[in-house]
Amino acid sequence: MTEELRHAVSLRVNGIHRAATVVARRTLSDFLRHDLGLTGTHVGCEHGVCGACTVLLNGDPVRSCLIFAVSVAGESVTTVEGLRPDPDSLSPVQQAFHECHALQCGFCTPGFLTTVTAGLAENPNPTPTEAVEMIAGNLCRCTGYQNIVDAVLRAAQIQRDSL
Amino acid sequence: MSTRYFGASVPRTEDLRLITGQGRYTDDVGQQGVPALECAFVRSPHAHARIVNIEVGDALEIAGVHAIYTYEDLEGPAAEPLPVLIPHPNLHAPRTAYVLAREFVHHVGEPIALVVADDRYLAEDACDRIRVEYEIRPAVVGIAASRAATHAVHADVPDNISAHLIQQVGDVVAEMAAAPNTLELDLDIERSCSMPLEGRGVYARWDHDDRSLRVYSSTQTATSVRAAIAAKLGLPLGKVEVIAPDVGGGFGVKIMHPWAEEIIVPFAARALRRPVKWTEDRREHFISSAHERGQLQHIRVGFDDEGRLLALDVTFWHDNGAYTPYGIICPIVTSTQLLGPYKPRSYRVEFYSMYTTTVIVTPYRGAGRPQGVYAMERTMDAIAEYLGQDRTAVREANFIQPDEFPFDQGLIFQDGRPLIYDSGDYPRQLTMLKELIGWDAFGQRQAAAKRAGQLLGIGLGCYVEGTGPGPYEGAHVHVLTDGSVEVAIGLTTQGQGHETVFAQIVADELGVQFDKVRVVAGDTRRFGYAVGTFASRAAVMSGSAVALAAREAKAKALSVAADLLEVDPVDLELVDGMVSVKGSPSHAIGLGQLAVLSNPLRYAFDEAAKQATQFAKPADPDRPPIEPGESPGLEGLQYFSPPRSTFAAGMHAAIVAVDPDTSEISIVEYAVIHDCGNMINPMIVAGQVHGGVAQGIGGALYETLAYDSDGQLLNASFMDFLMPYVTEIPQIALGQLKLGHIQTPSPLNPLGIKGAGEAGVIPVSAVIASAVQDAVGLPITSMPLNPSALHALRHTVARAQMPTRPEVAE
Amino acid sequence: MKPAPFIWHGPTSVDEAVSVLAECGRDGKVLAGGQSLVPVLAMRLASPAHLVDINRIAGLNFVESTPAGVTVGALARHRALERDAAATTAQPLLAQALAFVAHPTIRNRGTSVGSLAHADPAGELTCVLALTGGHILARSSRGERRIAAADFFLGPLESALAADELALHAFFPALPAGAGSAFTEVARRHGDYALCGVAAVVTVDAAGVVTEARCGYLVVAETPLVLEVTEAALTGEDALADLAMAAVDPQSDIHGSADYRRHLAGVLTVRAVRQATVHARARRQIVAA
Repeated sequence: MTEELRHAVSLRVNGIHRAATVVARRTLSDFLRHDLGLTGTHVGCEHGVCGACTVLLNGDPVRSCLIFAVSVAGESVTTVEGLRPDPDSLSPVQQAFHECHALQCGFCTPGFLTTVTAGLAENPNPTPTEAVEMIAGNLCRCTGYQNIVDAVLRAAQIQRDSL
Repeated sequence: MSTRYFGASVPRTEDLRLITGQGRYTDDVGQQGVPALECAFVRSPHAHARIVNIEVGDALEIAGVHAIYTYEDLEGPAAEPLPVLIPHPNLHAPRTAYVLAREFVHHVGEPIALVVADDRYLAEDACDRIRVEYEIRPAVVGIAASRAATHAVHADVPDNISAHLIQQVGDVVAEMAAAPNTLELDLDIERSCSMPLEGRGVYARWDHDDRSLRVYSSTQTATSVRAAIAAKLGLPLGKVEVIAPDVGGGFGVKIMHPWAEEIIVPFAARALRRPVKWTEDRREHFISSAHERGQLQHIRVGFDDEGRLLALDVTFWHDNGAYTPYGIICPIVTSTQLLGPYKPRSYRVEFYSMYTTTVIVTPYRGAGRPQGVYAMERTMDAIAEYLGQDRTAVREANFIQPDEFPFDQGLIFQDGRPLIYDSGDYPRQLTMLKELIGWDAFGQRQAAAKRAGQLLGIGLGCYVEGTGPGPYEGAHVHVLTDGSVEVAIGLTTQGQGHETVFAQIVADELGVQFDKVRVVAGDTRRFGYAVGTFASRAAVMSGSAVALAAREAKAKALSVAADLLEVDPVDLELVDGMVSVKGSPSHAIGLGQLAVLSNPLRYAFDEAAKQATQFAKPADPDRPPIEPGESPGLEGLQYFSPPRSTFAAGMHAAIVAVDPDTSEISIVEYAVIHDCGNMINPMIVAGQVHGGVAQGIGGALYETLAYDSDGQLLNASFMDFLMPYVTEIPQIALGQLKLGHIQTPSPLNPLGIKGAGEAGVIPVSAVIASAVQDAVGLPITSMPLNPSALHALRHTVARAQMPTRPEVAE
Repeated sequence: MKPAPFIWHGPTSVDEAVSVLAECGRDGKVLAGGQSLVPVLAMRLASPAHLVDINRIAGLNFVESTPAGVTVGALARHRALERDAAATTAQPLLAQALAFVAHPTIRNRGTSVGSLAHADPAGELTCVLALTGGHILARSSRGERRIAAADFFLGPLESALAADELALHAFFPALPAGAGSAFTEVARRHGDYALCGVAAVVTVDAAGVVTEARCGYLVVAETPLVLEVTEAALTGEDALADLAMAAVDPQSDIHGSADYRRHLAGVLTVRAVRQATVHARARRQIVAA
């Protein structure tokens, strides 16, 4: 049996250059979690539906379970671990999720946090309907989404207040 | 005066780690040290077959594959069938699976062989190379096929009936015969399932020096998994520790245990002397964990002209899947909770629990209640329609009144205890619900919509939910010498905010600041005796135990302080972590210091400890340092064991719109009235209700588990199992969902609380059926309901050929 | 749920890509956005020996709009096309359809050309390409060819691309002056594959009267179906619905019966034509002004 070829893959993850040598079929989600030890990104379905694995690729939310790490070598990835502005504070989105009780088990939460972070960068003043649309591609089994919608609106307010 | 935390919407302690990516779920464990080997299973592709041969072939030659196990490799108790967790005298033919299939498989997804490899990719490669030869046997799919018993699921159970149970109160036969009105209904409700976003997972680390095992499992019961692993692997209990780390949702499926994987993964870890991990993937979760809900129901009801129930006679058939490891809890719950807030003059219920060659059926949030409420509430609607009365009036006529508690329904509940409701106020709930949804004005709204070519309908559903069943839970409250408080409970947590709510209770009961309290759950190293997190019991059971343990710790603190201050303990108070004589707060002693003094020492291991050493202060030479019956340390250890369950209740109503052209169903408004007794944290209670309602809507309109006649699950992915996104759930922010609470405290526990975890999901299918029926004017007897089925129903009726049960789709 | 092993190729030019594809033959598969392919690989429903990952090829990530139409490069993501104002002006049906393609996060990575090459009869863009009469430009080491939409979709998940061919771009003709478009579908959940979807392009005269109407259908036929519905549109909505219901050939699955989908084809045809007519009239006024 021939040994499966491995590829040296390096990325910028949360602003830091990270590298590992992996097989081509290694998904970006597994690469982040198991090769780089960034277990904040969660894997809920491995077929791109649930959104738990959502990370920001060059700023845009993508499903890290549907991308091979080798495909995005050299690009820039932000995971939930990279959302804090500094180790002692929370981002507006994180702060809002806490204030609004927008998470229960926390498993889907990293995907929501990354999605909403990008969503608010694009639309800093969402209406409630736009807040619903912003999170429409992510599954949560705990919250019924009520408080997540609130958190989107609250995060927008925190962002506005901090300007 | 210090803050009171009980009843306050305190933000959650657990959030900080979870929103920063620092949570620790089972698949996250073991990042340091020896990397865990990973597992994949060869699972049966057939619903029913005899295994003729297993050919491992060259699978072991793949670089990175360490071991392959089949049934032949098991020995001792691990080779015996998995336990029947909840035996019941009427479960006359229980059957359980083996850890790895022995000769027969009874559903698609049953584990046959385990591959352990360097990673999951390689393990799956190896699975692909293992050849299993099967002799296919007939699949038995659906209750109708199971009842027909043309084929048996288990050869020695030819009628496919695992259990048969009858309960009755009063003389149903006589009452039915005498009733001025009678009706019959045939209903069916399909499968759904818990479907937490994190599947199951097991990480096992064997310490060969110590001959001990550490297991992390994504479970709702660490203590019982521990006991099961010890028994199956022949290990002393003290050599096994089980930790439920952060758990990504449970909703019932993770109370089922021990899963085959919870036995075989530690088995492999011990055999290989390497950490071994199995992280379930989504397809595995669909075909090898557990489902719930599927029932066929036949109801006969006799009632007077005001709609009062004189005789209620229910027979139902419950699809228990291929095995019965969890016994007959779900059908027992259906049969007893069916009665809801009502008091029929006579009631008879009979159920058959049926084998099918499908995934096992164990509790999913609600655990049989949604089906029972569906049966009862569809019946209430049918009575109202028959009598031409308002649907709320018929319900009102049957309510147990507030002055009738405790109310004995005369049945035996799922905990083996009498079904006695402890408290409640159903008439008030209904009044609030009608106001919240605008019930009385809806007729006009519906008529106006009709004139505009729109189909609107309103519906409601009421339920009573036994929560907080025993036998017991315990808590350990430990004041440390720095004044902080460590609390350990035995049951587990999977998102309910236990770290927060139990800290609230301790803060109040002990008299410390909230942020001084840390709570640990689901770690057998910290607390060994517990039952588990299910049946909306954590707040009731552990919450009560935590309160009792905190009170014990407080009493001890006051006693130590009383000795020190030479006053009577009753003259002391404990506020914000300081004990002082009432009225003179200047002479206060901190809890930390009392913790030091409560533990007489010989050795001063730190500065504070000096105070407690033997030469530190004069002592009474005639008294021992520790009085008989007392113990060192400032702590409380208490168990709470109530006589029976406490009964929460609620009522929901919905306004739905049906697209006249496409039959698409949308929820325009949804209202919830909820009573779980005293609320520890209203924000968390509301969150539980929100999530429950969403799961209920999933079960009513989107989710089903679609088996074909060969027993293949056709929708084993998130593409085809339609869990609602935000766009499918009415939103508070859009004015579509409204919540109201009342609080009727339970007299059965020290805090007056009732469980809240399952409530939101329970009546939703009944409510939506009621509302859609109101919108389209056709009987809705089969749930869940999708647009295709509703279209078929409307279309067929248009041709005056209404079926009793619409097919979803071929 | 992990893909089987494959040999990964990361060509940096089109020439390199087609030469690798020529070597791989039927064992090779092109990877662009991967939003349809990777789930199939993860479930091991397919296990190609070679993946030719075109994400590193420069010059394929473009959307170019001219009065003639919109050219979409092989690496243009759905989201980029959806947000491209010039493309939306030239052919509004693109943005109208793309709003129904899964969720924005998927559209951030998925490519429009990739979804065409995937040839899923449930893919919204397959319907748009067919209805607008667009084409695909394919390149192989044997040369370049233009494949008209009518010749491109051979069956479910089967396109006219040969194993060694790479789809370089798709071209969608512009919406003619005086025409309007609409895209409608019914799905179980927001963002799901449709139970039935209908796109319409309707042309009106100066008086706002329909002079031409065509509809495209997804899901309810094995390949994107295009119907000329002008006469029916002028006859009335019942005639429109009847025409559509007679023409489609839907299949039943767990989400909806064939009967129901056929019924939807009728309902949605009426809705799409209605909306496209309104759109056409509005555009005409804008043009007139």
